[in-house]
Amino acid sequence: MNKRLLALLSVLVIASMALAACGTTAATEEAAGAVTIKIATQSPLSGGQSLLGVAIKQGAELALEQLGGDLTGMGYDVQLAPYDDQATPDVGVANAKNIVADTDILCGVGHLNSGVMIPSSEEYHTAGLAFVSPANTNPVVTTRGYLEVNRVVGRDDVQAPAAEEYAFTTLGAKSVYIIHDKTAYGQGVAEFFKAAAEEDGMEVLGFEGTEETANFDAIVTPLIASNPDVVFFAGIYNQAGVFFKQARDAGYEGTFLGTDGMDSSDLADIAGDALTSGGGMAYTTVAGPVSAYPKAAKFVEDYTAKFGAAPEAYAAQGYDSMGVCLAAIMAAAEAAGGKPTRAQVAEAVRAVSYDGLTSTITFDEIGDLPTAKYFIIKVNATSKDTWSTNEIIDSFDLPSPGKGE
Amino acid sequence: MKQFAASPVYKFFLFPIGQIIMFALGSSVGLSLITVLLAYVFKFNVTNFDLVERSLLILPQVVINGLTIGFVYSTIALGYTMVYGVLEFINFAHSEIFMVGGIVGVQLIAYFEHLGILATLNQYLVIALAIILAIIISGSLAVTVERVAYKPLRGAPKLVPLISAIGMSFFLQDAVRLILSLTTGEFNVILPQFGTFDEFLLVALPGMADPLRIQIKSVIIVGIAVLMLVVLNFLVNGTKVGKAIRAVAQDRPSASLMGINVSQIISITFLVGGALGGAAGVLFALKATKLDPFVGFFPGLKAFTSAVLGGIGNLTGALLGGLVLGLLESFAASYLSIFTNGAFGAEYKDIFAFAILIVVLIFRPSGLLGETVGQKA
Repeated sequence: MNKRLLALLSVLVIASMALAACGTTAATEEAAGAVTIKIATQSPLSGGQSLLGVAIKQGAELALEQLGGDLTGMGYDVQLAPYDDQATPDVGVANAKNIVADTDILCGVGHLNSGVMIPSSEEYHTAGLAFVSPANTNPVVTTRGYLEVNRVVGRDDVQAPAAEEYAFTTLGAKSVYIIHDKTAYGQGVAEFFKAAAEEDGMEVLGFEGTEETANFDAIVTPLIASNPDVVFFAGIYNQAGVFFKQARDAGYEGTFLGTDGMDSSDLADIAGDALTSGGGMAYTTVAGPVSAYPKAAKFVEDYTAKFGAAPEAYAAQGYDSMGVCLAAIMAAAEAAGGKPTRAQVAEAVRAVSYDGLTSTITFDEIGDLPTAKYFIIKVNATSKDTWSTNEIIDSFDLPSPGKGE
Repeated sequence: MKQFAASPVYKFFLFPIGQIIMFALGSSVGLSLITVLLAYVFKFNVTNFDLVERSLLILPQVVINGLTIGFVYSTIALGYTMVYGVLEFINFAHSEIFMVGGIVGVQLIAYFEHLGILATLNQYLVIALAIILAIIISGSLAVTVERVAYKPLRGAPKLVPLISAIGMSFFLQDAVRLILSLTTGEFNVILPQFGTFDEFLLVALPGMADPLRIQIKSVIIVGIAVLMLVVLNFLVNGTKVGKAIRAVAQDRPSASLMGINVSQIISITFLVGGALGGAAGVLFALKATKLDPFVGFFPGLKAFTSAVLGGIGNLTGALLGGLVLGLLESFAASYLSIFTNGAFGAEYKDIFAFAILIVVLIFRPSGLLGETVGQKA
């Protein structure tokens, strides 16, 4: 017993020493440095969707490194504060509470998932902290009309009808089976697709929500029996990939469709040749491949040099979101003649006109882009390495539907 | 006849296999009849197609899906029920033992692919090697978990090791997550495509236009699961070790007085349960093709439910419970949406399956086979 007690004590001593060490370094930094400004990022850095989440964080990191110089020149110490929301609303909200509690944080970039952004942004709204979203497409993100919430991408009530238009007109599909992941994003997209399909007279053979990630037998069997022309999956690639593979294995020969949640090279690793066999697979997205943005060539080069891998979807949007934050803080700091308040930054973000990689970013009165770009992409890849062979079938600029009723 | 009934071939081979076939057939036929009956009842509800015809069309496939996942549940459920039989506590870390087995098996196959020999090796040999490795790793992990987390608590009140088990479960999840994401930050494990497992056996059924499509995977999963169940039956009922396990389950102090090393027997119980869980993990991976460190939770919960449904502590009960739950789930998921015209979708399958579980437990609190068979372990 004594021995155990001794061991426990020594562990405690070591732990407290480690903590003390951390404390001192933090303290010295603060004393030596100039006025600190932090910019937060929140995206899934671990878990099944981390590939996209890390891309957002790394895009923002690169932007801070390349564009943060002006603020540093004004005597500010600008730091990145990355948070991992694990693609889970609870974790996102808990992090959001931490973020708003840190008064040095003046602006934020995030999230990946609308279902996480919507509850977390309530915290940002209460605290008056501006957030720029690189990826959230659910209309509700901005239609609440919060001053603090902005996004640099399009919306689901435009991209889901675009997917439906593609299925109905280009593919000539007469029937569809809709599956969603029961998140705010997935279910929202699915509802928009369904409404558009019903308007066109396309037959909706099934509308299922599922949180299943491994065994889709029970969904695939009735799906195959009803034999739809297209299957629309509203969700994220890590779940969709398994579903596509199992449905194809079980004998489904039609076309799979999806939205921007499919835009990850991991999809090809998980689903393999299920994406190209039969009727193939296509998706709409609000974030085209970086090659679609003429101004992003240097970004791709720098990103690859820094992180050792080509940028995934949303990396460029992460870069632009950070760019918007930095430009707004600059403007607010100049106007205020010192470190600006959160309210000043939030106003400045809404008023920004920023020449970004993906477009010239301005926000309308609810924080949407007045016109956003949408893409339809056909998948040619069967593995991660060939993801760049996917082909842009169509791209168009569409106006934001605004606040709605 | 009596002599035949006592012969080892009958006792350890024909009887258990017969029992498995009987359970599988019985529950499939029962549920199928109920479904067809319901199809006639709900016929008025659906106007755009013939409900009875559609129901019959997918019925064989639904049964096969249900049996496949049902056998996986049974194999996991045996781990819960064996430990309960011996120690009377629920080993909640068992779902992680299962997950580790699956991940280890897939990693081995991925390693073969990395070496470039996956395509040249015999596909059945690959599966066999993956299962053997999973059995070794999961079995020893289960024994280690018992040593570290349960043995020091053996004299404590029963809730204490239960909490310890839940803690162990979280620890293992995140430990595996840490190990897998050390180099890449990515912890999805994807089964490489190999062999002919994704292909179908076409079975022509009399009176049906389309032949029944049975995936080779499903046949392999069911075959291996049955094999393991038969081996386990022999181990528990036909060997000295099995006799000792049963003795410890029935009365630990007396067994100890008879010269049985109780600690050793408990370790063996965990070893066997863990080995079964690990093998089930590989079978599940074959089906699911993508695993992560948290994949064990739901199959584990379902398997635990199966064990309770069948009568916890009862080996035959775990087998029956797993099959019934797998079938129930498959039927509910496939038919709810069709019968209710889309009002209830597949996402309600668990509510439906667990509602039936509650009903069964109201009328038979000790599970389907809980009372009729006195023997535990």
